[in-house]
Amino acid sequence: MRSEIKTITEKDLWTENPVIRQILGICSALAVTNLMANTFIMGMGVTFVTAFSSMTVSFLRHVIPRRIRMMVQTLIIASYVIIVDIILKAFLPEISANLGPYVGLIITNCIIMGRCEAYGQSNPPLLAFWDGMMSGLGYTMVLMFISFIRELMGFGTLFGIPILGDWWTRWTIMVMPASAFFVLAIIIWIVQARQSKKSV
Amino acid sequence: MDINPIVIFFASIFTSNIVLTNFLGMCSYLAISKDLKSSWGLGQAVIFVMTITTILNYLVYKYILIPAGLEYLRYIVFIIVVAAFVQLLEMILERFIPGLYYTLGIFLPLITVNCAILGVALFMVIREYTFLQSLAYGAGGGIGWALAIVALAGIREKVDETKIPKGLQGPGFALIVTGIMAMAFVGLSGIANIQ
Repeated sequence: MRSEIKTITEKDLWTENPVIRQILGICSALAVTNLMANTFIMGMGVTFVTAFSSMTVSFLRHVIPRRIRMMVQTLIIASYVIIVDIILKAFLPEISANLGPYVGLIITNCIIMGRCEAYGQSNPPLLAFWDGMMSGLGYTMVLMFISFIRELMGFGTLFGIPILGDWWTRWTIMVMPASAFFVLAIIIWIVQARQSKKSV
Repeated sequence: MDINPIVIFFASIFTSNIVLTNFLGMCSYLAISKDLKSSWGLGQAVIFVMTITTILNYLVYKYILIPAGLEYLRYIVFIIVVAAFVQLLEMILERFIPGLYYTLGIFLPLITVNCAILGVALFMVIREYTFLQSLAYGAGGGIGWALAIVALAGIREKVDETKIPKGLQGPGFALIVTGIMAMAFVGLSGIANIQ
């Protein structure tokens, strides 16, 4: 059990990281990374939904008929997303407005469905919960890194706190959508280049 | 929101392209853009499904969810509408237009989980579009998505012959091309603006 937990953690955070290794969940990875505060909340939301829906799928794994499992999983995920949406609207209305439709789009985030399919439905609930949580954190980690670069260079701030001061010329491109593509592409490039060097 | 539907239509194709400015539908966008033919097939399917489901979702939201006070259920309802419509479309095509079914059939299941379809419906709700505005936004959004994936597939086919650094092959390269395309589309932003 303990070694299992360790392998899951390692896999989900790094060797099979959902964003940079499996290229899943890219939509939101690009859309919410302009400010670190937004990214952090989004990451937490995704982690919550992944962990709990994976666990729920695992609890119900002997009950759900195979043929309709996709539909059932989607409904489970959508229910948790509604919870996240209501909580955000109640306690963090400003960030909820910033994230806009991307909270609802957690439903179609391929990472969550992927974890339910690949792990949740064939493993016990606690391990599934842990796996979902680690995948969510692996996703959050990459997103935080991207938004760190984009907010620092685009606004000169981190979490809205000025870091670089007045001498810093803001890179407008880092605020524009295009930079999200470039930053993610460069991260994937570096990781894959190191990977292929290692395997040679 | 009082914007002419025609303005929304063009804006959602060029200046507010859902791939290049809203990052929607990236998964299938990156996965299916390796050759022109299948990207165009998927593009057509998205145009068709997006136009119709946006209208359906508009009607369901306006005439069922709002009167019943169930707006918070919209995520579940929208996704069920999309899934049901795609399933129905698949059956109708298979039965009556088998030729089209063989070209578009394999792409249809992919569309249910395409976040662009759900995203357009959610944007429609947030921006409080009217019926005609939703129609224009759904159709324009679909055409914009198809335009982006076909352009990317064309570029990828051409570049296939050249030497790319090993780590950049595949998704990394597609992302960089998309980034350049996004910058090019920013140049069109004077035409119309809907945000």
